Amino acid sequence: MTPIIEVRDLHFQYADGAKALDGVSFTLNAGESVALFGANGSGKTTFVLQLNGILRGQGNITVCGLPLTKDNLAAVRSKIGMVFQDSDEQLFMPTVLEDVAFGPLNQGLQPEEATERARSALEQVGMENALARAPYHLSAGEKRKVALAGVLAMQPEILVLDEPTTFLDPPAQRNLLHLLRELPQAKIIVTHNAMFAAGIAQRAVFFERGKLVADGLLEDIVQRFDWTYSALPLSDLRYSAQRRF
Amino acid sequence: MHHVLVDQWSQGASPMHARDPRAKVVALVAFLVVLATTAPDAFATLAIDAALLAAGILIARLPLSGVLLRAMGVLPFSLTFGLMSWMAGDRVRALGLVEKSYLSTVAVLLLIGTTPLPRLLSGLAALGTPRLLVLLAQFLYRYLFVISEQAQHLRLAALCRQGAGTKHRRSRFRAAAGALSVLFARSYYRAEGIHRAMLARAFAGRFAPLKPLRFRASDAVFALATISFFILVRVE
Repeated sequence: MTPIIEVRDLHFQYADGAKALDGVSFTLNAGESVALFGANGSGKTTFVLQLNGILRGQGNITVCGLPLTKDNLAAVRSKIGMVFQDSDEQLFMPTVLEDVAFGPLNQGLQPEEATERARSALEQVGMENALARAPYHLSAGEKRKVALAGVLAMQPEILVLDEPTTFLDPPAQRNLLHLLRELPQAKIIVTHNAMFAAGIAQRAVFFERGKLVADGLLEDIVQRFDWTYSALPLSDLRYSAQRRF
Repeated sequence: MHHVLVDQWSQGASPMHARDPRAKVVALVAFLVVLATTAPDAFATLAIDAALLAAGILIARLPLSGVLLRAMGVLPFSLTFGLMSWMAGDRVRALGLVEKSYLSTVAVLLLIGTTPLPRLLSGLAALGTPRLLVLLAQFLYRYLFVISEQAQHLRLAALCRQGAGTKHRRSRFRAAAGALSVLFARSYYRAEGIHRAMLARAFAGRFAPLKPLRFRASDAVFALATISFFILVRVE
């Protein structure tokens, strides 16, 4: 199987000299979902920001067969949809519809087609009734859905979600889990929430001080690094929503 | 937040909202030129200008008192300069400074209260405003929300920790100065995050409008009628 993301020996250092990534290699196959675990500051977010060229380190990155170069940047950013930890950073247009259409318009679509894509993406996340609302009037859960719609409207092949459960109450987390499970795209989920990740991904990788130190089955990684809030096994902690599937 | 309210006003529906932003910008510029060249003691002309603005506000279905109240934001500045002119003995100029700055602010509020900012900026770009300026205005608008939100969070946190012993002005001033520096730093990082999120959605330095501008015959009639009226009032 040809990987849709292939990262080889990636190194990155911030301007202040802090080494954030140290020889990371990673692959992701089409339709696969993987959770990225690791302590705060271990390099998870820095790593995902490399995938669409927002941060540029040394090493080779290939996305859907396209090497990540300056010339391919726009194409790569259309392939990878990134949902940021804080939805407020993503939502900035006066209305939900305009915000969701922002990406498709940047992709060069005509306004009519961008509007159609935005409507369809909002429908997909169950926010079709919020078209004319101002993003700053939405609840945290609604903002997250609209932020996701803004990315889905670009029709990416890969979804990257950075701490998707932040600011969400348990029902909103459960709704998001349902939603993400139904999306066909390959997914990379940066999270501390092993329960949530287990509802979507079977595979996990673990970051430690800028290095990818483990790659394997999610349950094995969680067990190996003791990555849960509780002493109970992960199977006992899973979201009840998952059992419906 | 004032800008949030004005933003809400701009989403309304009225004959003023329906006008193409270019027609409104041209009318505003004509109004400002006419106002600037009106003698400060031409009270009848200024009263007609004020009445015209009031009519515009009512047609736009904006709250008259809300607009007039918000326009007072300019008074601390214009009153300072007006006071200086007054003290220098030039009372007519002092009066003119206050009157004209206030009416100009009402006119600008009428424009931005009836035109969503992305459309207004598209209109300015179409009228030949340099792209860099338009882009800066767009970012400034976005970051205004960010900074005011951060400021509110800081204020709340400060209030929560404010004990009975912080009544001294000096210590409060010191705390405010510290909060301001934190606000700058936080706003910077937040703005960086927003920029990253925009880049991730393929932003390449140009805001494409969802609703392209359309200059209709009614917009031309509006622009010509208002400009003619302003000139007529000025000449009379």
